[in-house]
Formats: sequence, C-alpha cells, structure tokens
Amino acid sequence: MQCYLELSNVGIEFNTNNVPFKALSNVNLKVNKGDFVSLIGHSGCGKSTILNIIAGLHQATEGGVILEGRQVDSPNPDRAVVFQNHALLPWLTVYENVELAVKQVFKGRRPASEVKGWVEHNLDLVSMTHAKDKLPHEISGGMKQRVGIARGLSMEPKVLLMDEPFGALDALTRAHLQDELMRIHSSLNNTVIMITHDVDEAVLLSDKIVMLTVGPEASIGELLEVNLERPRDRLALADDTAYIGYRNDVLRFLYGGTH
Amino acid sequence: MEAILNKIRLTLPSANSFDFASGSAITKMFRSWILAGTGILVFLFMWHVAASNINTSLGQFPGPTQVWEQVGSLKADYQREKQRERDFMVRQQERNAERLAVDPDYDARIRPYTGRPTFVDQVQTSLLTVGFGFFIATIIAIPLGIICGLNSSIYSAINPLIQVFKPVSPLAWLPLVTMVVSALYVSDSEVFTKAFVTSAITVSLCSLWPTLINTTVGVTSVDKDLINVSRVIQLPAHLHVTKIVLPSAVPMIFTGMRMSLATGWMVLIAAEMLAQNPGLGKFIWDEFQNGSSDSLGRIMVAVIAIGLIGFALDKIMLLIQRKVSWDKTAVLR
Repeated sequence: MQCYLELSNVGIEFNTNNVPFKALSNVNLKVNKGDFVSLIGHSGCGKSTILNIIAGLHQATEGGVILEGRQVDSPNPDRAVVFQNHALLPWLTVYENVELAVKQVFKGRRPASEVKGWVEHNLDLVSMTHAKDKLPHEISGGMKQRVGIARGLSMEPKVLLMDEPFGALDALTRAHLQDELMRIHSSLNNTVIMITHDVDEAVLLSDKIVMLTVGPEASIGELLEVNLERPRDRLALADDTAYIGYRNDVLRFLYGGTH
Repeated sequence: MEAILNKIRLTLPSANSFDFASGSAITKMFRSWILAGTGILVFLFMWHVAASNINTSLGQFPGPTQVWEQVGSLKADYQREKQRERDFMVRQQERNAERLAVDPDYDARIRPYTGRPTFVDQVQTSLLTVGFGFFIATIIAIPLGIICGLNSSIYSAINPLIQVFKPVSPLAWLPLVTMVVSALYVSDSEVFTKAFVTSAITVSLCSLWPTLINTTVGVTSVDKDLINVSRVIQLPAHLHVTKIVLPSAVPMIFTGMRMSLATGWMVLIAAEMLAQNPGLGKFIWDEFQNGSSDSLGRIMVAVIAIGLIGFALDKIMLLIQRKVSWDKTAVLR
C-alpha cells in the first residue's frame, strides 16, 4: 500500500569547516493521511533536521521524502511550517502576516476576492480575530504562536510541520493551545508532524510517537502507536492506565540509558 | 546645582497635577538642559581664557566675543550685498525703461547680479552640494548593498574593491575627479556648474562606503526564520526584498546613511578648500588668504556653522528614520 508521506533511508551529512558530520542516517517513516505524528528525542538529536528535510529547507544527502507519490526537495506551501519562535514579520499586523501567505498561496488557485474571508476564517480558528490589527510585539507569546499556526493552516498544507510550537510557552498557555490544536485537528483532519520534547504533549496529541536515538547518525529508535479514543481529555487521561503505559514507554526510551 | 534644580521643581506651578512618570520626565528634561548649558558655559569660559593667551601673526586668537562680533559683521555683509543686488536690479530696470522710451525696438534684458558670494550663499552652495553628492551615493549604495547581502558570490567579488577604496581620502580623488569632470561634463546650467559636480562626485565617492557596508550587513543578518518563511510560501524575489529584507535592514541602512552624510559633510569642506569650489570650504580658504585681523574670527564662525549644520543634518536623518522604520518603540540615537 502506498502511504501519504514516506521517508525512506533519509540521511544527511553536514560539512562545517570541511569536517563532515553525519547528523541523520537511515530514517524510515511512513505517515498516513490525517495522522498526528510527534517526533521526540533529546536536544541535538536531529529532530529539527528531519522536519527541515520534509519541509525542503534542508536537502537530504541520502534517501528522500515522498509526498503523495512525488519526491519533494524544495520548500512549498503544501508543507507549511510553524516555527518555534513564531517567525511572524514584526512590521506586519496579525492580519497582514496571514494575508501575505494566503495571497501567495492563492495566486492562480483561488480568486483574490476570497483572500479576506479566508484570512479571517483562519484567524477565527485560532481565536485571534479580536487582535487582527495588532502588531506581533503587542500580543503575548501564546497569541503569536496562534497566529503562526493560523498562517500555517491558511496555506491548506498537505502536511503541517510544527517545530516545537509550544516550547517557549508557559505550562498553562501550552495546555490551552494543545487543546485548541486537538480541536482543530479533529475538525480539519490535517496531517501534522510535530517536534516536541514534552512527553505528556506527545502522548496526549499523537497517533504515532517517533522516538529518535541520540546523534550523531541519529535514527528512529522506536515507533509507538497511541491508540487512545478521541476526543482526548487531559484530566480524564491523567488516571488512565493506557495513557500512563504509553507515557512510561516514552520515558523508558528517553531515560532508560539504552540510547 | 541641586539647589537650582529644586528651585525649578518648586516653581513649576502644576507639578503636582502631573502623574509621577511625566513629572519625573520633565525634571529629567530640565536636568539635561541645565547640564548641557553648564557644559557650554564652561567651554566658552575656557575658550575665552585660552584665546586671550594665544597671539598669532594675524593678531590675538578670537575668543567668544570676537566671534560673536564676526557673526554680526557677516550678517551685515549679507544684508549689504542683498541691498546692492536690489539696487542693481532697480538701476537696470530704470535704464531699460529710459532706453525703451527713446527706442521702442530696444531689446531690454535683465542681467543677473554677479556680486561676491556672501557667507549665506556659501552655506547654501555647500548644503546643495552635499545633498546632491549624498543622494548619488545613496542611490548607488543601497541597491548595491542589497545585492551584495543577498548574493554571497557577488559580495565576494565586490568586497576587495570596497576594502581598497573605502580608506581613500577625498583629496586623493579630487584631482582625478576634477580632470574627468572637465573632460566629460559640459553644461551651461547655473546650478550644476563643473565645480559643483566635481565637489558632489568627490562627496559621493567618499560617502558611498558606510551605506554600502551597513546595507550589506543589514541584509545578511535578516532573521533566518523569516527567510525560511519566505522560502516556504515561495515569495518571488521582489516581494522577498520589499516585504522581508528591506524592513529588517532599515535600521542598519539608516545607521550607514547617517555615517555617510557625516562623512560627506566633512569631505565636502576639504574638497571645496582644495579645489576652490564655491562653498564653506572656499569661504574659509579665502578668509585665510585674506589675512585681515577679522579673518580668524570669521573662520571660527564657519567652524561653528559647519558643526551646527552637521548636527542638524544628523537630526534630520533621525527624523526620517523614525518616519520610515516600522519599529516605533526603538530608541534611536
């Protein structure tokens, strides 16, 4: 069976100051349409590199990425990225930030008259309509990240790539945004690949958790399928034995000393 | 000092009606004004004492009072010259009217007044020259800087040239520029005379570099994430430059432009002096050659005027930067 997104034998070697460094090797991953996949691993293991290869921002030196039967090797809005530090243009308002992406992606695909409605619809999805005319420095970190997510969603990507989207946020804001992300994912059913190093976040949100070994030559250590009923509720799951089991699996992998 | 400040605080009638922040902002402002005033007074005093102890072949070095007298004398010169110009025009018109009365076919013409340029004229010429030279430098340096910042190959090709030409003194360029302009430039324009073009190009050659280098650095240091955003949404080159690169680089570009304008202003005075092009530099040189007992005082007036104009030019650039920059909260200095 052909799957939606496939990484086959992906490896990458960086050449810094003529010293070759093999960051990733033999990464194989299959993602189905609508899956929510988390990449988890220690800092510096190459999680971001994998994401950047899928995004086309980095070129794999071995193997390749296939999306819907076609190899990808350059950036494209069909693989939108939500950056860890929101990456909003500080001189554009919230609305204009999303609009810039929408205008570019709609060009030739949809009439220009639909731009405004679509931008507003996406800001509405992340509950940011009230601040649409504010500049990024006028809103909080959590709000900026919401706008970043709105910008990603507005491109209607085949795969939404999220690079530790909640890493810089406080715990309460993070929980709130996780809930919203689950709500959006269940209503739009998009395919999401998210980097995290928060075990709870990974188990709560994902259908699949990809655990990476420590670099150099990092690879996929284990793949964990999370079969928990959706919608998931963080309070109900706190005492759920299956949830705790998955959680312990990830913890054992990360801190078990074998990797 | 503290006593004076307290007095001012007490005499501010509505001090209590301000909230704390604005109240302290006002005292802060007063404080800085008073400190600046004190600094100037101390300087004037030291200048006065030092000047009275220096005797040159042109007499005693001018102190603040003599310089102030020369300000008045230059003003009087200016007014006298303006009066002469008016008289000249009136005389011409009268003469033309007389001749037309005798001979109706007479071709009446008004000839322009060609008197000695006053201090004010020289200042105007200098400002126009530096403005034009700076304008040329800017329209070359900013696009070139953007290209160098975006493309590392072009940067590598141009960088050695920048490094070599950047430290060259304007005086070294001047003879070459003069000869090239005399060979290639032909114009009957009143404003764009050969001398004007020579000075302006010399200014451009020297004030190009800070803008060019700062623009390049500004463009290369655009946030990597923002560049990735641009790549993911596949912004075409012109939008990438206008939407992402330029707004990021604006602070650096302006830093460069301010340095360029300051360099240009310094260079201009030297160029005018050496090349005998009209302007403040020529005014100083003429006074030096003139060698009257007033000359040093007049030169000192020019020195202060040069400083004040340079200061004003920088302030104007700062105002423009504030208008153009997206970050209204940034502290500009």
